[in-house]
Amino acid sequence: MEKERENNIKIVDESGDKYKYGFVTEIEADTVAAGLNADVIRQISKKKNEPEWLLEWRLKAFEFWCGMKEPSWAKLKYDKIDYQSLSYYSAPKQKVAPKSLAEVDKDLLDTYEKLGIPLKEQEVLAGVVAVDAVFDSVSVATTYRAKLAEQGVIFCSISEAVREHPDLVQKYLGSVVPYTDNFFACLNSAVFTDGSFVYIPKGVKCPMELSTYFRINAKNTGQFERTLIIADDDSYVSYLEGCTAPQRDENQLHAAIVEIVVLNNAEVKYSTVQNWYPGDKDGKGGVYNFVTKRAACRGENSKVSWTQVETGSAVTWKYPSCVLQGNNSSGEFYSVAITNNRQQADTGTKMIHIGKNTTSKIISKGISAGFSNQTYRGLVRVAPGADHARNYTQCDSLLIGTTCGSHTVPYIENRNKTAQLEHEATTSKISDEQLFYCRSRGIGEEEAVSLIVNGFCKEVMQHLPMEFAIEAAKLINISLEGSVG
Amino acid sequence: MTTPLLEIEDLYAGVDGKEIIKGFNLTINAGEIHALMGPNGAGKSTLSNILCGKPGYHVTSGCVRFKGHDLLKLSAEERAREGLFLSMQYPVEIPGVPITSFLKHAVNAIRKHRGEPELDTMEFIKMVREEGKKLGLDAEMIKRAVNVGFSGGEKKRLETLQMSVLQPVLAILDEADSGLDIDALRVVAEGVNALHTSDNALLVITHYQRLLNYIVPDFVHIYADGRIVKTGGKELALELEQKGYAEFIKEGL
Repeated sequence: MEKERENNIKIVDESGDKYKYGFVTEIEADTVAAGLNADVIRQISKKKNEPEWLLEWRLKAFEFWCGMKEPSWAKLKYDKIDYQSLSYYSAPKQKVAPKSLAEVDKDLLDTYEKLGIPLKEQEVLAGVVAVDAVFDSVSVATTYRAKLAEQGVIFCSISEAVREHPDLVQKYLGSVVPYTDNFFACLNSAVFTDGSFVYIPKGVKCPMELSTYFRINAKNTGQFERTLIIADDDSYVSYLEGCTAPQRDENQLHAAIVEIVVLNNAEVKYSTVQNWYPGDKDGKGGVYNFVTKRAACRGENSKVSWTQVETGSAVTWKYPSCVLQGNNSSGEFYSVAITNNRQQADTGTKMIHIGKNTTSKIISKGISAGFSNQTYRGLVRVAPGADHARNYTQCDSLLIGTTCGSHTVPYIENRNKTAQLEHEATTSKISDEQLFYCRSRGIGEEEAVSLIVNGFCKEVMQHLPMEFAIEAAKLINISLEGSVG
Repeated sequence: MTTPLLEIEDLYAGVDGKEIIKGFNLTINAGEIHALMGPNGAGKSTLSNILCGKPGYHVTSGCVRFKGHDLLKLSAEERAREGLFLSMQYPVEIPGVPITSFLKHAVNAIRKHRGEPELDTMEFIKMVREEGKKLGLDAEMIKRAVNVGFSGGEKKRLETLQMSVLQPVLAILDEADSGLDIDALRVVAEGVNALHTSDNALLVITHYQRLLNYIVPDFVHIYADGRIVKTGGKELALELEQKGYAEFIKEGL
């Protein structure tokens, strides 16, 4: 029995590739036939037992999407995506809906164990983290729910939230990222299948870190998850997101949405380690990652901070943003993006200052190696009423080798005379002098590069929760293997 | 007879296609301190860079043996792991990398090479702090990033700290006195002297006699136009100070 299970989780990274999450879980799946039309959307909605209002909303989004054009302004080159060739729903077949972790399919639990994601509550970790595990189109397990419920914290899959907490979902879904927002967000609104839902009630400091772990497994399936986080007055939550996908020769589409609503005096810290399969060294395969992440600081003194470490995906299109509506609200964006081989990333942030005395801070560190290309694209907008708004932006790029590219595209739109905006940008190369200095002390070349790169990213990494930071540092080293010499 | 630590035989080498070292010979045994003195532009730094394996330099002919083995075929990091150390004239800044973690990587690379287990972090930091204190680098300084925002004197102290932590068999001090005031010079020199034993050796490269008042050499070599033109005892440095390089170079050629 044990052996059989071993065989089910196939290791396909025998090619000597360094992407250690590239295995495929062979599990029977319930998959909707490829293609996208109103019927497919009805089918998905039906499979999920959704209320009528949600189906209506999806169909409206789909109709709107049909009239939209895929954006081409990003500095990205990729083969045209055939949206009709993809399947929009794939869920591992489970005989009965699991009521507890004990009932979750063993193959799924094994998959997450192999990925290093603890789904067993009895495992005592240094810092306890509650996990929502999303496998292809569905959430397969959410841990520590009972413990969180004691304080009124709701942490569940968004499908469940639609059923159990319809008022909250209906009130906030699409309120930060409306379906009309952009092409990929609109597509997501029409076909999103699962994701996480978090509600932190008034005055509650969430007692543990919450985490969602996304896994794309099925072939030729798009993953469209949607996360909604609501931090009510005077609350706090730290949220982590991780992602991996099998190593496949075909490109996989991932178009997600994260919406965060932050009310009076509340604070949300959102950390991501994005490690989707980046494709092989010649650029074959890999995930197309088109993500819309946005936080609305609606309350006074509300605060949101995005920290991201982006090492994966063949193509990344992602701009986690903050809409600073409440007076004295603040937004932060800390980002490390690493591209190697043929990876392309166009990433950055938007800080929209609307309320008075709003502040924002952007620290972006881009590292390019191999034949990769990277663009920082950022927007700082100060509305006429945003008196005394302040922004500080720092964009640093580090180049390794001579065949990669790095670009910085900062937009600043200021419509208020009292605003103070600062922008600093640097581009540097790992110098031969630095490398020799390390080597002359006995440190090997690859280790020296990772030491220098980690030093370069330090300002961002220190904003990640401890365990996440360690994982991220390891990932950075793996991503850069073979980039020198 | 024991094998010399370093043997350089009839070395011709240079950089950017230009020959800078022309027929250089030098033998250093364990327990010895050698001073290499020469005017600006004599090629002193070229020599130390070639010995330590800095990329970009070429060797035309001759050979260099370290502990009896061909040094030139080793990479820079392999040379360091074998016990060669260069205290640099212009140490480079490495932003965001704390001194302790930099040194820990270095020490562990060397220990791994020797087949020794990695050091315990807490003990290691304690040791670095104690060594730092002796050199006038306080605990706050040691937490900072490698050479970032350091004054010339602080950089030289940090080079000496690295030497004391890495415990090389042969240390090359390239202008270890440049940018140091008298007090700092004494601290650095004391630090270096404390490390000198009968098992290791020093090659002190300088163009002033000043440093040699503190680090007293067994041999002084006058270096000009890519080779040694005269060798003597410590008194040669004093003589040089009085007469100047020009006279010796004329004599030697």
